[in-house]
Amino acid sequence: MIYQGGNVRIEVLGSGCPNCKRLEENVRTALKKAGKDAEIVKVTDFREILAYGVMHTPVLVIDGKIMAEGRILSVDEIVRML
Amino acid sequence: MGVLEDFGAWVVYTLLGMVKGDPLAEALDFFIYDTLKIFLLLFAITLIVGVIRTYITPEKIRDFLAHRKYGTGNVLAALLGIPTPFCTCSVIPLFIGFIRAGVPLGITFSFLISSPVINEVAIVMLLGLVGWQITALYIGIGFVIAVVVGYVLGRLHLEDQIEEFVLTSDVNKGVSRDGKELTFKERVGIGFEESKRIVGEVWLYILIGIGIGALIHGYAPEDFFLKYAGPDNPFAVPVAVLIGIPLYSNAAGTIPIVQALMAKGMATGTALVLMMSITALSFPQMLILRKVVKTKLLAILVAILAVSFIVIGYLFNMVL
Repeated sequence: MIYQGGNVRIEVLGSGCPNCKRLEENVRTALKKAGKDAEIVKVTDFREILAYGVMHTPVLVIDGKIMAEGRILSVDEIVRML
Repeated sequence: MGVLEDFGAWVVYTLLGMVKGDPLAEALDFFIYDTLKIFLLLFAITLIVGVIRTYITPEKIRDFLAHRKYGTGNVLAALLGIPTPFCTCSVIPLFIGFIRAGVPLGITFSFLISSPVINEVAIVMLLGLVGWQITALYIGIGFVIAVVVGYVLGRLHLEDQIEEFVLTSDVNKGVSRDGKELTFKERVGIGFEESKRIVGEVWLYILIGIGIGALIHGYAPEDFFLKYAGPDNPFAVPVAVLIGIPLYSNAAGTIPIVQALMAKGMATGTALVLMMSITALSFPQMLILRKVVKTKLLAILVAILAVSFIVIGYLFNMVL
């Protein structure tokens, strides 16, 4: 298996509040820890956030799938999801 | 809590060798005892709430409240608001999610009021500083206000005050969810993370709040606030409410100060509504709500809240 960097798409949904920033930091730390690369997209416009059908931010979406909403995942949790 | 009390006294009088009756010693004693007690309580309660939150998700609440009748719906919404805190930045998605799923406007507001007023940090601070009786009163009053204000808003038929895009924007593009059911151990893990996060967020405010409170305890003369904020000053209640409503502050920092004001003569009803109006609405929160509802609805909301707080304040100053 050849690992291709950057083909995982991670979306962090949240209007830019401290909780959302912390989630994003944890995502970056987790990627480093796992030695993986991914495209990180921040979704801050609440109309766009709504389109995901979520009501509670921050939200972590990996490859189009909602992994968790309304809480800040720990670095280890994110590592397990990658 | 006897052990903690002894510990505070031991540090101040034995370890530091301070003299009983010295105001600084008394302030320090209060500070050590209060801080320890509150941090223990805060950790325990946020852990429990964190675990409960993994069961009661906003989606479940929304579906449960959709198409409820005014009255029972308001009671249920206010009850569900108690164990489910949300971050201010979730107000808009919550509001739109509720409205679009058919939760009536007034019932949505019962939830949006009860959730921040009866939040776990406020409850910990109250339990730790003023005892369970006043904590129970605070929860009871917060609950009644959330029910009544939501009910009145609903009865006023202000649906035309909802911003257009709330009703038209796309709320689901069919994103799939990671459908795994969480194990209990995972839930406890999530609760623990939440607890760590909340303690990390508020510890400094708690220290500062208790510090200021301890100074008031130690230095302000007895009955200092009796003259200005005691039960005999008819203006104390409305002034407290007017100060509290726009004020953006957290329960962690303000409750210790309000508690010290109470100890120095502020009437209980006045203190209760001051705390409540601080947690209920703030200027930044109004700005956020303004994105989803029109100014008229916001003005009515603030007016009803202010009137209910004032009524409650007078009522409790009379009976307590």
